[in-house]
Amino acid sequence: MKVKQISVFLENRRGRLQEALDTIASAKLNIRALSIADTADFGILRLILPDPDKAKKALRKSNFTVSENDVIVVEVPDKPGGLASVLKVLNDADMNVEYLYAFVEKSGKKALVVLRTEKTLPAAKALKKAGIEVLPSDKVYSL
Amino acid sequence: MIWNKTAECMSDKKREDLQLNRLRDTVKTAYEKTPYYKKRSAKQKIKYSDIKQLSDISKLPFTSKADLREGYPFNMFAVPMNEIVEVHTSSGTTGTPVVAGYTRRDIDTWSEVMARALTMAGATNEDIIQNCYGYGLFTGGLGVHYGVHRIGATIVPISAGQTKRQLQIMQDFGTTIITCTPSYALYLAEAAYEAGINMRKIKLKSGCFGAEMWTESIRNEIEKRLKITALNIYGLTEIIGPGVAHECEAKNGLHISEDHFYPEIISPDTLEPLPDGEKGELVLTTLTREGMPMIRFRTKDITALHRGKCACGRTTVRMERITGRSDDMLKIRGVIVFPSQIEKALLEMKGIEPHYQIIVTRPHHLDEIEVQVEATKEIFSDEIRHLEAVRDKIENHIEKAIGLRVKVTLVEPKSLPRSEGKAIRVIDKRAI
Repeated sequence: MKVKQISVFLENRRGRLQEALDTIASAKLNIRALSIADTADFGILRLILPDPDKAKKALRKSNFTVSENDVIVVEVPDKPGGLASVLKVLNDADMNVEYLYAFVEKSGKKALVVLRTEKTLPAAKALKKAGIEVLPSDKVYSL
Repeated sequence: MIWNKTAECMSDKKREDLQLNRLRDTVKTAYEKTPYYKKRSAKQKIKYSDIKQLSDISKLPFTSKADLREGYPFNMFAVPMNEIVEVHTSSGTTGTPVVAGYTRRDIDTWSEVMARALTMAGATNEDIIQNCYGYGLFTGGLGVHYGVHRIGATIVPISAGQTKRQLQIMQDFGTTIITCTPSYALYLAEAAYEAGINMRKIKLKSGCFGAEMWTESIRNEIEKRLKITALNIYGLTEIIGPGVAHECEAKNGLHISEDHFYPEIISPDTLEPLPDGEKGELVLTTLTREGMPMIRFRTKDITALHRGKCACGRTTVRMERITGRSDDMLKIRGVIVFPSQIEKALLEMKGIEPHYQIIVTRPHHLDEIEVQVEATKEIFSDEIRHLEAVRDKIENHIEKAIGLRVKVTLVEPKSLPRSEGKAIRVIDKRAI
């Protein structure tokens, strides 16, 4: 149920995002989902891609600071209130969401959302119990 | 033990009389014999006869490292070359090296002050002294060498490097005193530990450490790891070499051999003399040098002087451990900050690499310091708030150390310049 996400530290410097993306392109990895969080001085690029280990190695080789952590990818009904219903499950279970972002692609008729929660496994279990589809990592990587 | 009670325990009155006589002689010789000073004295009004009391020294102009470089190689010498028996140079890493020339009597003086220094470290003619300072143009090796000869102890002139051999000889010869840089002492301790040497079974009792800046915490480390008394030695090529000052067992400052070197503390800003006890730049004048008299040499080293009889019985003035150099001193909104203080605070934190850069700006007529720190794997997280917490923690820690709020910026690893020699730690962008 856990999916590996790669995070990259980026200084707010011209061309740094480009360099990170070039590194991933050279490793021939196709990004499945991404988000960027930023402050005045730095940003964090978060990525879901098919081979996280390969991405990590390639980025470290190019002197990027990289960390890896677990996230959950869930299917969300692609209609008004779809995401809200998912978040209600976590809220009711008293679990905090650190951040979330969406996939470009769909899984069938459903939208895909990446969730970073305080505790990954209990959150995934709570979602499953509520009948929400939590995607296994192999399915996510091969999207 | 005191090597020369007459010189080291003199009354204030006697010492001041001696210093005044020697100062006048030195100024006279320098202005009459040294080509560099001769040229300079033609432009200035003050004559040696104007020096009626010691405090009149402040009427004389300073000598800087740049002056010495201008006099390269031999224009600072006050005697013909046939009287110069030895020359040394400073490392010359930052430009033309500084050349020091010694007459036979200068070597004798050097031996004398080094004998006093080594005696403070407990040396007698029974001791075996392993000298790991480099021999050659650098003054460290030979300065210690001459002092050991004067005492009549046994010198092991092993010079720097070859750590394994150092440790072997230390055990086989029964070395009792070691002389080296404090960082090499720590390196030796590490190597001894790895080689499984029990320092308690080794005869080593003390060490004279110098030639670089070090702290009390490093002293504690050396003492703990090598099981010895670690003492501070100070000196510089421009004045004579090692032996200008040395710490006694009271560890309450370094005794300056005042009958040979006259110390002053000045404000690096106003260049005015500061009273005893106040921190400022150390300025030294030689009182007995024949080969190369030096008048008011600006050492750039920051310290303070303390008078009064020491617990060891000596009456010579004591200088504090060097805490910085005036050429890397920063004045931020009127507060004096040394990069070394920021470095110390940074390195106390976990996961921080010893690579950083300090950038000083004045955006709105107010000085600001930015400290760039590399974000390592250890402190990086995928969450902004964690990174901000790390940044705040570093900012708070530095503020506690220097009393000023700084802005910490996390930068990418290996993005700060690396250097094999002296790293550029400070970039001052203020237009002053």
